[in-house]
Amino acid sequence: MSDYLLLFRGGDGKNLRQSPEKWQAHMAKWMQWMGDLNTQGKFVGAQPLSETGKLVTGIKKVVSDGPFMEGKEMVGGYLICKADDFAGAVDISKGCPILEFDNGVVEVREIQSM
Amino acid sequence: MVAVLTKIFGTENFETAEDVVQETLLQAMQVWKLKGIPENPSAWLFQVARHKAIDIVRRNKYSTQYDFNDSERKLLTSEYTLSMTMEGLWKEEHLQDELLNMMFACCHPGLSPENQITLILKTLCGFSTVEIAKAFLTSEDVVSKRLYRTKEFFRNNKIRLAIPPPDQLNFRVDAVLNAIYLLFNEGYNSTQNEKFIRKELTDEAIALARLLAENSPTQLPQVFALLALMLFHSARLDRRISAEGEIILLDQQDRSSWNQELIAEGNYFMNRAAVGGEVSVYHIEAAIAYQHCIAESISETNWKRILEYYDWLCSLAPSVFAELNRVVAILQVNGPLKALEAIGEIKNREKLESYYLYNSLLGEIHSLLHDPIKAKHYFEKAMEQTLSEAEKKLIQKKINNLRP
Repeated sequence: MSDYLLLFRGGDGKNLRQSPEKWQAHMAKWMQWMGDLNTQGKFVGAQPLSETGKLVTGIKKVVSDGPFMEGKEMVGGYLICKADDFAGAVDISKGCPILEFDNGVVEVREIQSM
Repeated sequence: MVAVLTKIFGTENFETAEDVVQETLLQAMQVWKLKGIPENPSAWLFQVARHKAIDIVRRNKYSTQYDFNDSERKLLTSEYTLSMTMEGLWKEEHLQDELLNMMFACCHPGLSPENQITLILKTLCGFSTVEIAKAFLTSEDVVSKRLYRTKEFFRNNKIRLAIPPPDQLNFRVDAVLNAIYLLFNEGYNSTQNEKFIRKELTDEAIALARLLAENSPTQLPQVFALLALMLFHSARLDRRISAEGEIILLDQQDRSSWNQELIAEGNYFMNRAAVGGEVSVYHIEAAIAYQHCIAESISETNWKRILEYYDWLCSLAPSVFAELNRVVAILQVNGPLKALEAIGEIKNREKLESYYLYNSLLGEIHSLLHDPIKAKHYFEKAMEQTLSEAEKKLIQKKINNLRP
C-alpha cells in the first residue's frame, strides 16, 4: 500500500459554472467519487487549485506571473489516495469526473519514500 | 443544531459547537431586528450555522485541536467535498439520527447519571443552567461544575456519536429515558416559571420519546411505557390551569374535556409496552396515570389499585418522591392519620424538607386532621419554596380556607 498523487488537468469547469444546476450535478459526481474512496479508507486528501499563480525560478528566484498554460495543460486540482499498487491507483483515477471531458487528463504518480 | 455541530467538530470540541449556536442566534437577533423574521426561520438559522461551521473547518483543517482524520469527517477537509458533505449533514433525515446519537453520547456510561441528564437538558433541550438547577433541586454552581466535568470527559475521550451496540442498548436507553422524564416533569409542574405548566417542555419530552419509539434500535418496552405515561399526563394538561392562570386540582377538573385522543394514543403505546416480561418504573407509573384517566370522578377513582401500584413502585425503585406520592394514595384510601404515619416512615425524609410538595402535602394532612396552626405552618413553608406564581396562589387559597 502506498500513496499516489493524482493531478487533474483539462476539463471545462469555467463553462460549467455558468449553469448552477449543471455545476451542482457535476460536483455531486466528485462528491460521490471521493466519498466512495473515503468509505474504502483510501482517501487521504484533495484540493482544487485556482487558475492564477506565480512561478519562482532558479537560483535568482525570479518571480513571474504564471502558469499561462492552455486550459488542458493546467493542473486544476489534486488528490492523494492510497492504493495497493500502480494498477490500483490507475483504477481509482478512472472514476474521476474530469474524464467526462474529452480533454480531461488524470496524471497518476506514486509518492516516493525517500 | 448542537447535535449536528458536535458531529462535525467531535465531542471533544463540544464547546465549539455551542459557540457556533450562540453566534448564530446572536446574528439572528441582529439581522431579524432590522429585516424582520424570515419566512423559514429554522432554515435561516441552519444556513447561518452551516456557513459558520464551514469557516471553522477551513480555518482549522490542520489544527491539532480538531480531528478531521476521522473517516466521517475527512471529506470536510477537501474543498471538492466540503460544502456538499456539510449540506448532507444538515438534511432532515440526518438531523433525527444526530439527535438520537447525541442523546446516547450524552448518556455515555463514563458519565455519572447526574452529568448525563444535565448535558441532555443543556444540549438537546436548550435548558439554561438555572432551569437545570431547579429541575434537580440543586444550585447553579453544581450544574456548572457538572457541565464543565462533562466537557472535560468528552475532551479527553473523544466519544463517537453513535447508537450503542445491542448488548449495551438497554442499559443506556434507561439513562436517556430518565432524562426525558425529568424534562417532562419540569414542564408538567414548572417550579420556577410564572407559567405553571410549560407546554414547550412537555412537548419536547414527548418528541424525544417519540424519536426513540420511531427508530427500530430503540423500540423497547420501557420506551413505549414512558411515552404512554407522558401522553396520559398530557391529556389532562390543558385542564390543570384555569383561564386566570390558577391551578385546578384533580377533583375539580372537568374530566370530559380531557384529551381523549392523547389517552387513546397512550393506550396504544401502553399495549406495545406490554411486550416482554420486563416491568419498568414507567410501566407502573403509566398504569397509575391510566387509572386516573379512565375514572369518571375523583371518588370513583380506583385508589386501592393505585396504592398497590405505588407499593410496587416503591419496592422496585425506592425514591423519596415515589414514597411521597404513595402517601397521597394512602391519604385517599386510609385517611389522614395513616398518611401522617406513612410520612413518618419515609427514609431519608430530610431530603424532602426543602421540597414544596412535601410541605404542601403535610399542610393538607394537618388541615384534614383539623389542626389549622400546623397546616398553616407547612403551607407557608411550601409557599416560600416554590417560585411558581400559580402554586403560590393555590397555596394561599388553601390557607384562606383553613378552619379550626
